[in-house]
Amino acid sequence: MGAQRPHEVTIPQPSGCSQRPILHERGQHEVFCGLTGIMWLHRKIQDAFFLIVGSRTCAHLMQSAAGVMIFAEPRFGTAIMEERDLAGLADMHDELDAVVEKLLKRRPEIRLLFLVGSCPSEVIKLDLGRAAQRLSQRYNPGVRILNYSGSGIETTFTQGEDHCLASIVPTLPPEPEDAPINLMVVGALSDVVEDQFNRLFEELGIGPVRFLPARLADDMPPVGKNTVFLLAQPFLTETKRALEERGAKHIPAIFPLGAEGTTQWLKAAADVFEVSASIFESVVEKPRKRAERAMINHREKLNGKSVFFFPDSQLEVPLARFLIEELGMQATEVGTPYLNKTILSPDINRLPETIRMSEGQDVDQQLDRCRDDAPDIVVCGLGLANPLEVEGITTKWSIELVFTPIQGYEQAGDLAELFARPLNRRTRLAV
Amino acid sequence: MQLTVWTYEGPPHVGAMRIATAMKDLHYVLHAPQGDTYADLLFTMIERRKKRPPVTFTTFQARDLGGDTSQLFMDAARDAQARFNPSAMIVGASCTGELIQDDPGGLAKTLGLPIPVIPLELPSYSKKENWGASETFYQLVRSLASQGPEKQESDNISCNIIGPTALGFRHRDDVQEIVSLLEAFGVTVNVVAPLDAEVGDILRLKQADFNVCLYPETGLTSCQWMKRQFKQPFTKIVPIGVGATIDFLCEVAELAGFPQDSVEAFLQSHESRLPWYSRSIDSTYLTGKRVFIFGDATHAIAMARVAKEEMGYEVVGLGTYSREFARDVRELAERYELEALITDDYLEVEEAIGNLQPELVLGSQMERHIAKRLGLPCAVISSPVHVQDFPASYSPQMGFEGANVLFDTLVHPLTMGLEEHLLHMFRDDFEFNDAAGPSHLGHSAKQTSQNSAPQSAAEMETNTSGNALPVWTQDAEQELRKIPFFVRGKARRNTEKYASHKGLAEITMETLYEAKSHFSR
Repeated sequence: MGAQRPHEVTIPQPSGCSQRPILHERGQHEVFCGLTGIMWLHRKIQDAFFLIVGSRTCAHLMQSAAGVMIFAEPRFGTAIMEERDLAGLADMHDELDAVVEKLLKRRPEIRLLFLVGSCPSEVIKLDLGRAAQRLSQRYNPGVRILNYSGSGIETTFTQGEDHCLASIVPTLPPEPEDAPINLMVVGALSDVVEDQFNRLFEELGIGPVRFLPARLADDMPPVGKNTVFLLAQPFLTETKRALEERGAKHIPAIFPLGAEGTTQWLKAAADVFEVSASIFESVVEKPRKRAERAMINHREKLNGKSVFFFPDSQLEVPLARFLIEELGMQATEVGTPYLNKTILSPDINRLPETIRMSEGQDVDQQLDRCRDDAPDIVVCGLGLANPLEVEGITTKWSIELVFTPIQGYEQAGDLAELFARPLNRRTRLAV
Repeated sequence: MQLTVWTYEGPPHVGAMRIATAMKDLHYVLHAPQGDTYADLLFTMIERRKKRPPVTFTTFQARDLGGDTSQLFMDAARDAQARFNPSAMIVGASCTGELIQDDPGGLAKTLGLPIPVIPLELPSYSKKENWGASETFYQLVRSLASQGPEKQESDNISCNIIGPTALGFRHRDDVQEIVSLLEAFGVTVNVVAPLDAEVGDILRLKQADFNVCLYPETGLTSCQWMKRQFKQPFTKIVPIGVGATIDFLCEVAELAGFPQDSVEAFLQSHESRLPWYSRSIDSTYLTGKRVFIFGDATHAIAMARVAKEEMGYEVVGLGTYSREFARDVRELAERYELEALITDDYLEVEEAIGNLQPELVLGSQMERHIAKRLGLPCAVISSPVHVQDFPASYSPQMGFEGANVLFDTLVHPLTMGLEEHLLHMFRDDFEFNDAAGPSHLGHSAKQTSQNSAPQSAAEMETNTSGNALPVWTQDAEQELRKIPFFVRGKARRNTEKYASHKGLAEITMETLYEAKSHFSR
């Protein structure tokens, strides 16, 4: 270990959000519910099981949204409520206990079980918090049982991950009062991206860095008032709040997409850790150049093209920043399911004032606006993409932006390619 | 409460979406929370439909629950009518909508919309997708069909084709095949519904002389109602396979009042290639292939007949997830001296296939995944569907062309006859050996050919229960290796069973052949 680290830190806050108008919409939302986050969370936390307490619709969503059934017996499932369960609440908890018992017997390797609330379980006010507490006592110390809501009436798509991570935060081990300042990176990243960031932070002298979520239930990072954290994903509103309640401090930054995004994100942490400009430059120079080189060809194709974002993952604002600043694109509308101005202000402040920002959705009206804008490429969900293609509008499915590793220097070229490919394909096809 | 990993069917409102999406001018207003719109992608991605399904979701949120969700529903219904201008509307609730008890049907009535509005009651916590599709179409027929003009006398014999829906397994091509079959046979097709039908077509249903119930899962209830209401008889045989297609034509001839020899005369100029392909000597190796069949009831039943009578396979397992038609499947299974597997638990199906170790699995996409894991050949013959089940080429399952398609479908996953012989002949060749398995099955086959025999569930049980397995002598083991790999697992199991039964501690070459003769009796 090098120089003694400071115990007290002050973190510069970004200047306030510009007062740009935001279109708030309420109507049909063409988005996934928070349950969908289980798709990547169960791959990330390798000894966790996600038990949705819901309906046949929830189970059907999980296999339809995943598109394929790759895993023999995945680490997620649905306890489907049936007519007789709804007859009286009294035995609903017994039923759930029985399902959990059956499940844990079948899957003895599980260390962490999430009871995931759904629309129907929320509407009938099934108290999963109480169930988790009761079951935790029963299975202590072998299995920890937590609960969160991934219901569509409360969460949109990536907010499911937010609620999941927020449910973990109170269980994180405490960091000793006198611990030196330490960095946590928050939000599920693919392992390859996590390892890349880990190496960069080590080289900057900031390591060891902890990641939330960890890959194993027992390896979740400690937290305390000397913890500072970077968000790796923009949708972590509740998680941020929960970490701050444990005394941790958020480092505001633009999100690590592209060469510039990644540099600024790393820089925000480096500044807190008082890494000298020359060390920072020497560490990031090479990978940043690599990222820029990887984007050049795509930039040529994307420069000047316009993009329209339908709301999906809350990644829309950082993605728009990336496309505009780093690839020379223009945005007509940036729609997002929920706009957290605190977390996103560093990104929002870099967007041109002319962009139409919208929050929420009325899909039919938004489709009308989209057709009027006639953008070169539309980022939208799977329900809309093919019908828009039929109308001659090029689309990029947004879900790929969530399932693919896109953060960091080494993925900058891949991210640009995700937008270039649909346009490229159009120019190739002669049928 | 039921623990579920994968499901064979969606909730009943997805069945209703399949009806709305199948039709041209029907709109569905669904009282549902955000997230239920995932079902749109079934149609736009899996089926590659060019339009969004005609479904408006009210998208209520937690904060609306204390307030006025019924107003939300009424606004959505009014807006949908104004924007999409449908000829009729169906209204209902998804699983969560059902819980908040807003009564979409009653609310829609108060709006006084200028089109027929048909309320749907689809109990999400007890029923499933196919039932939902059937019920929705039935409600539509029940509400609208009587309002059409009275049946007009005509010299033409005509029928309706009832049951095809959006997202149905090969429905698009089946309809084309059966329409042309019927027309060639001299029967006019009056209406096909719900697939590609207009609301106005429902009013014309009673003009037909009889109904063809093409898919009982979705069409039977409506056919039964029309039989009672309009005195229209309906067909009971689903024309999948050569035999069933001929039987279907006989049934149609009877309903149409055609002379008795009309089918025979028709067959002079219409035939399938399947019978000859099956009789040609290249197909000899198909004899007695052990096949496991699982799917919706219609396809499982039809495929059992095709497999047994038209391919010469041996059906070793038969089952369905369609509980509504469990009795029919049980009856057929009994005739085949099998016990039908009636379940919607994917893990049970996996276990059954694992235990039976069939040589071919005919199932849905779920069974395809199971078979892939077990290294078994598989062909998909039923929903639930995947994007691959909507091929670009014309691939019906029904009628004579359907039988041609089925011959290919049921043969292609297997190791070909000659390939099988060659594998046996060159079993010690360094690259062309049996451990390599059929080339098109990739690496999974390799794993199974090594693992399956010693690790079958039955043997694991024997091991754990403490009964020591008889030991193979070296020469017996070597002799066993000379047996073709695709029956080696069975030979090993049978020999060990025989040895255990006889209380032998050791398996010699002699034991191997004793067992062989014992089991071939």
